[in-house]
Order: sequence, then C-alpha cells, then structure tokens
Amino acid sequence: MPAVQETIDQVRLIDVDQYKYGFETEVEMEKAPKGLSEDVIRFISAKKGEPEWMLQWRLDAYKRWLTMKEPTWARVSYDKIDYNDIYYYAAPKNNPAPKSLDEVDPEILKTYEKLGIPLREQEILAGVEPRNRVAVDAVFDSVSVATTFKEELKKAGVIFMPISEAIREYPDLVRQYLGSVVPVTDNYFATLNSAVFTDGSFVYVPPGVRCPMELSTYFRINEKNTGQFERTLIIADKGSYVSYLEGCTAPKRDENQLHAAVVELIALDDAEIKYSTVQNWYPGDAEGRGGIYNFVTKRGDCRGKNSVITWTQVETGSAITWKYPSCILRGDNSRGEFYSIAVSNGMQQVDSGTKMIHLGKNTTSRIISKGIAAGRSENTYRGLVSAHRKATGARNFTNCDSLLIGNQCGAHTVPYIESKNASAVFEHEATTSKISEDQMFYCQQRGLSEEEATALIVNGFVKDVLQQLPMEFAVEAQKLISISLEGSVG
Amino acid sequence: MLEIKNLVVQIEDKRILNGLDLTVNNGEVAAIMGPNGSGKSTLSYVIAGKEDYEVLDGEILLDGQNLLEMEPDQRAAAGVFLAFQYPLEIPGVASMTFLKAAMNAQRKARGDAELTMPDFIKRVNAAATQLEIPKDMLKRALNVGFSGGEKKRMEILQMALLQPTFCILDETDSGLDIDALRIVSEGVNALRSPDRSFLVITHYQRLLNHIVPDTVHVMSAGRIVKSGGKELALELEANGYADYRESEAA
Repeated sequence: MPAVQETIDQVRLIDVDQYKYGFETEVEMEKAPKGLSEDVIRFISAKKGEPEWMLQWRLDAYKRWLTMKEPTWARVSYDKIDYNDIYYYAAPKNNPAPKSLDEVDPEILKTYEKLGIPLREQEILAGVEPRNRVAVDAVFDSVSVATTFKEELKKAGVIFMPISEAIREYPDLVRQYLGSVVPVTDNYFATLNSAVFTDGSFVYVPPGVRCPMELSTYFRINEKNTGQFERTLIIADKGSYVSYLEGCTAPKRDENQLHAAVVELIALDDAEIKYSTVQNWYPGDAEGRGGIYNFVTKRGDCRGKNSVITWTQVETGSAITWKYPSCILRGDNSRGEFYSIAVSNGMQQVDSGTKMIHLGKNTTSRIISKGIAAGRSENTYRGLVSAHRKATGARNFTNCDSLLIGNQCGAHTVPYIESKNASAVFEHEATTSKISEDQMFYCQQRGLSEEEATALIVNGFVKDVLQQLPMEFAVEAQKLISISLEGSVG
Repeated sequence: MLEIKNLVVQIEDKRILNGLDLTVNNGEVAAIMGPNGSGKSTLSYVIAGKEDYEVLDGEILLDGQNLLEMEPDQRAAAGVFLAFQYPLEIPGVASMTFLKAAMNAQRKARGDAELTMPDFIKRVNAAATQLEIPKDMLKRALNVGFSGGEKKRMEILQMALLQPTFCILDETDSGLDIDALRIVSEGVNALRSPDRSFLVITHYQRLLNHIVPDTVHVMSAGRIVKSGGKELALELEANGYADYRESEAA
C-alpha cells in the first residue's frame, strides 16, 4: 500500500517526458574499428584475452550469420539497420581489469552513483539492512567495470563474475554450457551476439547451495553508435537456488542504438532460478526519434527433474522490443513461469512474450502477461505453448491482459498453442480493456489528480506481476511504470 | 453554501439544463425530484465537473468559489462529493488502498500532512462499523463483484471519511433493499451537520422518509419549476409528475 503512495508521489515530482537516465558520461573510450569483420572479432577476442576455442566459436558464428536474414515476422517496423555503421567494442581506457574500485575511472563510478547502483560494498553494508544486500556486476558499454561481493559469494561456492573473466578462469564450465540453450545458429540476433558478444555475467551455483544474496547486473550503454552485445550464462547445479536481476539504461540520443543480448539459464535437478528484468533503455522521444533497438534472446533450460525457472520482466524502455524469454521444460515435473509487464508510450513498439516448450512428463507452466499501451505505441504479446509427444500430463495456464490508455495506441495478442500429447491441458485467457473516462472521473471526484488516478488504476492492473518481483525491485518497478506513462492521459 | 445561477448546459448539441437556479444553504438537506430525463443526473455531474458537458451560461459557487473554473479533483478538495448512482469498479486496487490514496490526495491539496497508518485505520474501522461494512470487503478490489447494496455503502463510507462540505446523492436509493436503505440512510443522517449540506436526487418519496429534507425542488426540462418543504414530496408521490410534464411541453 505505501508503494502506491510512493508511485503517486513520484509521478508528481517528475516533469512530463523526462527520461531521467538520459545523461551522458564523459570518459575516454577505446573502440574497435567501426563495422563488422573477422578482424573486428579477432580484435574483441584479443582484447578479452580469450583462448583459441572461443575465437573459433565466434568466427564460426560470424560465418553463419553472414548467411542469415534478419527476421521480419514481428509486429514492429524500423529502418534497415546498417550493421557496418556500428562499433562492436567500446571500453573505457585504462581497462582491462581494474583490480579494485579505486582503479575505476571516477566518472564511471559517478555514473553508477547517479543511477542509484551501489558499487562500494562498505557503503552497501553501512547503508541498508543486511537482507537487502545485492551483489552487482556493472557493465559499461562492452566491459564489466566492477563486480561486488565476489569474495563473500566465493565463500558460499558461488561464482559470480564477468563472463570474459569466466572464459579465462573457468573455461571448462563455460565451454560445457555456453550455447547449450541458445545454439549459435538459433536466430539472426543470437548468432550475431555469439560472434561479437563483449561482456555480461556468469553465475554458477554449486549443488545444494542457496545463493546467499540477490545477484544483479546493471547494463549501461554510454558510447555513441555503439551496440551492446552482452552474454549472460547462469547455471544452477542440483538442488541449488539463485535469484538474479538485471537493469538497463542508456543516454538520450537522436540516433538508434542496437542491443542484442543472449541470456542462457540452466537448471539441473531440483534447482531453481528466478530471473527478473527491469528494462529501461532510452525509449526515444515523443516523435519516435532515437531509442534503443532491443533484440534479445533469453531462454532457460529446465534440464533436470523438478527444476524451476521463473522469468519476470518489467519492460518500459526501448524504441523497439523484440524479446521472448522462454523455458524448455525438459526435466520431468519441471516448471516454467513467465510474468511480464510491458509498458509502451510515445512511438514505442513492443513485440514480446514467451515460449513454453513442454518436453518432460508432468511439466507445468504459467504465463501472466500485462501489456499497457499509451500514446501512439503498439504493444504485442506473442507466445507459444507446445507439448511434445512424450510430455504426458503437461499443463499450462496463460493469462494475457491488455490495457489501453487513449485511443491512438494498439494492443495485440498472438498466442500459438500446439499439443502433440492428448493428456496435455492448456488454458488461455485474454482480455483487453481501456481506462474509461468514467473510471478517471470517479477517481478524480474523490480528489485524485489525473496522474494519480492513472497510476492507481495501472498499479491495480499489474499487481499480480509486481508481486513476483523481489520486494525492493517491486517498488522501483512500480515507480518506473508510472514515469513511463507520464503525460499519457489528457 | 452552494449557489447555482442561470445554469445552461448542453451535451452534443442537446440542451439539458435551461437556466437553472438553486441555492442550498449550509446545513440544509435539499431534495431534487423530477421525471426521467429532466436533467437531475446532469446537474450532479456538472457540479462535480464531468468533462462531457458544455456549460453555455451561468455559474456555480461553493462558498463563493467558482467551481466551473476548477478540475474535478480540485472541486473534491474544495468539499464537493458525489455519491454515484453507478459506482465504478477499479480492478486490482483494494478498497483500503483507494481510500487512503483519496484521503491523502485531498489532505495534500489542502496542505495537510498525510495520515499516519494507525490514524487511517482507526478512522476507516470506525466508519465501516457504522455502515456494517465487514473488514474483508475493504480488502477486496474497489466495487469489483460488490452487490448493489455494498457499492452504495462503500460510497457513503467514502463520504464519511472524506468529510466533504457539499454532498450529492445521485439516486442512492436505486437498487437497495429495505435493510440496505436503512443502513445507508442512517449513515447519511449521521453526517448531517450545520456546516455540511446535501443535495439528494431521487425519483421516490421512499428515501425521503429516511433522509428527511429541509427543502424539496421539482425539476423539469432542465429547470427548477417548483420549490417547497418536505410536504411537497408527499404531494408528488400522490399525484405523480403529470402536472410538471405539461409545463415541459409548454
């Protein structure tokens, strides 16, 4: 309840049309030559000090990518991307590998401070209650600049580090799992990522360990004309548990920037992974100038029996979002969950949803999707639920609700359901509603301003999903939603 | 005190109010009766500030403040409360959450500090008990799946908590059984005070047996055509609106 009040307060405080993370950091950068070629890939690999197998992996992906076509089936439209007009690697100078925060460029530290991301462990420990502790990996353009609580996590046996470090330090683990959920050949953007990925997080939780704190990665695109291609790999070994959160922001710019990430999750027997995203890339201005193109492949593999993977996403940013966090329910009795809030305003285009692939016996999945469209935006839910021949007893429940604000936006639902097993039970519910003028008038008659009324109604609409987020992020997300909808009424 | 002078209102080129004059003094309970389509609900919406209506002429003053220049939420903060004939549903928003948001919004608008949680709960519990509203109803989403009687009780609960100075009851008796009518009326009567006035809109005398008005006004074709004491309501109940419909035709 206090959170609702906070949302309302927040809305009041903020000017219309203000993306508050739109500032730029002045810092000297080192970049690869513009464009994409084998040489650029070799450059990236060398910068990261990668072993030969990794370079080969990248080059194979690149060759494959050259033969592929950009997909056009999503309900989004944009000018053709010139892949040779992008920098694929940009890192603050004096990198790689600052040993401690003292070696990190103070401008970058200031950036994270401004973003409200705590990087100094002492400050975190001093400032908040212990239960709120979160370990952070901060990725700035193409490199990780800091990872907190590494030592303490190590004591518990948890590996949490930039993936470029993991490739050097734990090559066997990385080699075993990298590309095992999202194959190199998976799709145009995933294949591109496999060729040029620069940084991201690596997590390994050993058998029977419950990760002692929330893990999170904070992605920041800063440099102009630079793509961000991060790669995240999370492995929860037998009987382990981990909760992970990612956040993202970028400066305001007139040109579009590409973000093509790949996230792979692997849950072995009896393991559980919770993966939450608060995506707040710069969405472009009211006329649709600028903004991030967010083409992301996220997939979890419930490889072991009784494993659980939960995706929770709050998507408010990006000019274009193309994203379908999915679960492969391979292990018997495994469970996949997808909770999503996708907010679009201005000229934003969202095409997002999930795939639940039931392969094992008695696998269950649950999809709750809330789309909120305002301004002149287009908001599409696209989802697939399928049961393999052997998926006896598969069950799915899907609920897709759309809320329209104003009369120039669109909401669309595209569900695909395939069952090759007669015992599968799939349920699908969908609604589309509008914040009615009568509802607004009713709230205003009770003293709520237009913004307060919208915030309250939207909070009610997304409540089921917000409850799935870790407590401290739920409040953040709630604020974010209200801010994204600023100026959408009246 | 509410003063309406020569109010002319149309909606989509259709004239609804035709030079309506009405004064309701502090502490007064004024009833407005009239046939269907005479403009009673329009009057309540225009006072509260609903958008769709176009005010062509006239003024509405609450304690000297020009309501027509204010947004609906500003009018609410100034003391206007409308108990809706058909209260709206707000899915996913618990009634408690809504009450707190509304109370604090009005307090903020008036420059008062927000209520503390214990203070808020104390106030809600006291008012809810009087209106026989069970606690679980307060946890449910506002008006979602409420019966007609529950919705009307929730309206009066909001009225009790927001402490308005000018209350409009728009056909609050519609859809109520005898017990609910009694509870709602008692709730309203408990709020009567020298510095609060009421405009009670109804078709039927029945409600006025429970909420006894000081004045009764008959509305027809967008104007007040007759005013009197509470006995006027009884007269209407006996004779119907036939006399006034003729004046409409004339």
